[in-house]
This record gives sequence, structure tokens and C-alpha cells, in this order.
Amino acid sequence: MKILVAVKRVVDHNVPVRAKPDGSDVELDGVRMNINPFDEIAVEEALRLKEKGVATEIVAVSLGSAASPEALRHALAMGVDRALTVETGGAFLQPLAVAKLLKAVVEREQPGLVLVGKQAIDNDAGQAGQMLAAMLDWPQATFASELQIEGSEAVVTREVDGGVETIALALPAVVTCDLRLNAPRFVKLPNLMMAKKKPIEVLDAAETGVDFTPRVKRLKVAAPEQRKAGIKVASVAELVEKLRASGVL
Amino acid sequence: MSVLILADHDGRQLKAATRRAVGAAQAWNAPIHVLVVGDDTAAVAADAAQLEGVARVLRVDAPHLAHPLAADVANIVRSLAGDFQVILAAHSTQAKDALPRVAGLLDVAMIADAVAITAPATYVRPIYAGNLLATVESSDPVQVVTVRATSFPAAGTAAAPAAIESLPAPAADTRVRWVSEAKNTSDRPELASARVVVSGGRSFGERFEELLGPLADKLGGAIGATRAAVDAGFAPNEQQVGQTGTVVAPELYIAAGISGAQQHLAGMKDSQVIVAINHDPDAAIFQVADFGLVADLFDAVPQLTKALEK
Repeated sequence: MKILVAVKRVVDHNVPVRAKPDGSDVELDGVRMNINPFDEIAVEEALRLKEKGVATEIVAVSLGSAASPEALRHALAMGVDRALTVETGGAFLQPLAVAKLLKAVVEREQPGLVLVGKQAIDNDAGQAGQMLAAMLDWPQATFASELQIEGSEAVVTREVDGGVETIALALPAVVTCDLRLNAPRFVKLPNLMMAKKKPIEVLDAAETGVDFTPRVKRLKVAAPEQRKAGIKVASVAELVEKLRASGVL
Repeated sequence: MSVLILADHDGRQLKAATRRAVGAAQAWNAPIHVLVVGDDTAAVAADAAQLEGVARVLRVDAPHLAHPLAADVANIVRSLAGDFQVILAAHSTQAKDALPRVAGLLDVAMIADAVAITAPATYVRPIYAGNLLATVESSDPVQVVTVRATSFPAAGTAAAPAAIESLPAPAADTRVRWVSEAKNTSDRPELASARVVVSGGRSFGERFEELLGPLADKLGGAIGATRAAVDAGFAPNEQQVGQTGTVVAPELYIAAGISGAQQHLAGMKDSQVIVAINHDPDAAIFQVADFGLVADLFDAVPQLTKALEK
């Protein structure tokens, strides 16, 4: 079975972000970028399925701006077999457009399983995997914390409000990966060097016929209101006294 | 124009977040219909019919919907979508699973986790783990939206209950089946809607529940945890507060042994009163805490529990 993994390049999760002074967008100039952490978990899971003999080939795909190969290089260095990118000419892609472009890639590659992260840590939308499953008319399992392939089914344990739930999906299917699915392996320097030599196939988004015009317009980006500075208390007794006075106890 | 709200429930009662979704839906000043999908949902539907502002409750009951799966829920919502301009739900795991699928089927964008609705198609939503707020405007004919429940007021109780209408359930999507679940059976209030949340980090170690449990029970609160405490196995997954866990905004949030990583702050910084107990006076959590106590938590937490007994 072939596995397709979608990866996104996002601002590194340790980097504090700011709005541009005019509030039009997020300041991204000169900010360190990295693979989206949930996508790294998706890549790791695909690699483990290959190591178990379940998967035969792993293809990583990234969409959008010219710089997105960074995330693909990371996936190649982790061990994926092949990478491709869909070039959109720098257009800002929203989840609906991402799902449509991924659908075009799925139709070309015919994978038995698509793995994506549960959300990207920049836009925090958490939609692309479910939208892709809808467009392909495939079953989906979101927020996976365990994944087993049993015959022609994927058995997935999902993290849901109040606990976990296990469901079984007929393949092909889309699975979105949660934090506790696995701990991604470290990329070794020689592998990173080797990954630089692997070709990344470039597809032209125009040839897919997908309309990726944004449906949602970003009007403003701003920092949330800061909380007022609090006080330090000297003892538990003083803390209880302050809480009683503020009326929350 | 009308609003359809997908109800979140556990099969027995409506979740508090749905009451707040109904509160959020007032923004459209349009008839509100609530959809209850499940098996034997008479009690849940009756709860929903009591909510102020609800014009009608739609019930879709079938044995295969006892544990509703995204494919089935999305098919039901899509079959109704022609009558509604807004499809709304609280940002729960059920809605996060099913509503993007609905949006994909309808070929419309989705707005996730809105914290304010400033005009009929304009929303404010957190991005980058809540470090920034984006104001966005959707141009789609149908608005598919999840709202952060704690950012909206709960709907009151209506003078007279709304009509409840049962609809036939479409056949199950046979390509996916429910196998099992393991739910937390605690008697404590649900984390997302608790009035008080007592949270701990990894430094509690094996004594996590032993130390925080009595304090939470004393306050009638829920227990939360950092990602590190969950990953280390000291607290169950569903207790995780943060960008990747549950977002809470209780009246009182007590953070004990929590340094205050961005990921965690994203899940609790809208709490009304924040108390931090940490031995490190420079911990980032003190920058958002209303009351900070620099102390060893193994002394301070039991002391606090004891002080509240008086």
C-alpha cells in the first residue's frame, strides 16, 4: 500500500509571532520556519507502517509557496521515499483549497491511506483532512492516537472529549494525527545531506484545474488584550483571603 | 435566513457548550433550529427545546447513531443544509470532526473556534496558539462555524418549549464502524464548562491526583493538566489544557507547578481569576496570574486544601 503524507511549512513553534504594524497580517519576514509538528507525527507514523511491512511506498506532498520544500526535505531526511510539491505561485492557501489540491494529488498517486496532521499550528484550523475525506468520499478518523492496519481496515483510536474512542475504517481512508500517536525520530545530519540530493517533483497547480481563490478574507490581525499585572502573595493564608475578597470562593 | 446548531451531547443530556452555541447564534437575529443526532435522544431533545431563542428541535434517531460518526453526521447535516444559511456548533471534538466534512461536502469554507461574531459573516478567531487574533470575513453563501463556547453567554430557559420534530435517519455509512470507547467516569464537573479548574504540571509526578484531587473536590472543580504531565502519564489525555487540548475559561483557574508555556496559556488565559503556585519566581505563568504564590507545591497545595476547609 502506498501512503500519502501531507506536510506544511509553518513558523517554528518556539518562535513568538507578532502582527505587522498595520495589522494587515502576521509578521513572517526573517522568522524561523519548520515542519508543522503534527505533520512530523504523520510522517513518523507512515515510516513505522513501512517498517512493519504494511506500507510499500511513502510519498510526501507540500503545497504552496516556493519555500515549502523545507518541510519536504525534512520528511525526506526522516525517510520518506519521494516528495512532490504543488506550485501555486505564492497564493495563500486556505483549508478548502488545500483539500482540493490534495484531492488532485490523491487522484494522481492513488494511495491506500492519507495521513495528515490534525491541525497546523499557524492557522489552527484543523479542517484540511476532513474536507479531503469529504471530497474523496472516503471514511475519516480524526485526532488519532493509535493506528493499526488490519487487513483492509484501519483501526484507529481517537482522542475525544472525555476519553478515547476506537473506530474501524475501510481503506482507502484519511487519518489525521494527534500528539500522542508517536514520538517522531530525530533527523541525522547525513540523512539531511542525502535528502538534499533527492529530487522533489514540482506540479503546477494550474494544471489541476483547482480554483484556490480564498473564500475567507483576513481583515485584521492583532494581539489579544493583555491581562493586567497581578500581585504576588506571601502565604497560603493571604492567597485565600484575596480569593475570598475577589468573590471567586 | 435560519441557523442550524448541531447539538453536542452524551446521549443522556445536552452539553453546556451547546447552550452557549445557542447564545452565540443570537448574533444572526434569525430563527435557531437545533439538530440532535443520536439514539434514543428524547431527553436531549427536551433539554434543547427548553433553550431560549430555539424555534425548533430536529431529532434524528437510529441505533447506528448511538455513537455518531463524522460521515453519518455530515450526511445528515448536508441533507438539511438547503434550509439554512448558518451551520453552527460549539468547538467540541464532535464538531471539529464532522463540520469540516460538512463544509467539504458543501464546497464552502469553515470558520473554526470563533471567539466573537462582529457582523453576520465576520468573525474573530485565535491563530498561532492564541498569540494573535484574526478578524476574518467569509464570502460563502452558507457559513459553517464552530464557536469557542466560553466566549459566549449561555442561552437562558424559554417560557415555553420549542416544538420537537423527528426526521428519518439516512442509512449508515458502512465503510466506518464504531468499535469501543473508554470514557472518563469521574464525578467531577466537565473540564470545558467547570466553574473552577485546578491544574498541575509534571512536577507533581505520581502524586498528581493525590494532591490535586482533594483541592478540586473542595472547590467543586475539574482537574486540568499540562501536556508534559499527560505525556509523562501522570494525568489522562482528556485533562490536557492548551492549544492541542481543551480550552477553558473558568471563574477560577489554579495553576500549580505550571511554568506557563504558550501552548498551555492558549488554553486558559481567558479565565477570570488566575492563581499561580510555583517555586520559580521567574516562571512565565506569573505574568498572567492575578495572584501568585512562590512556594513549593508539595507544601502549598495541601495547605491550600486545608485552609479552604475552615
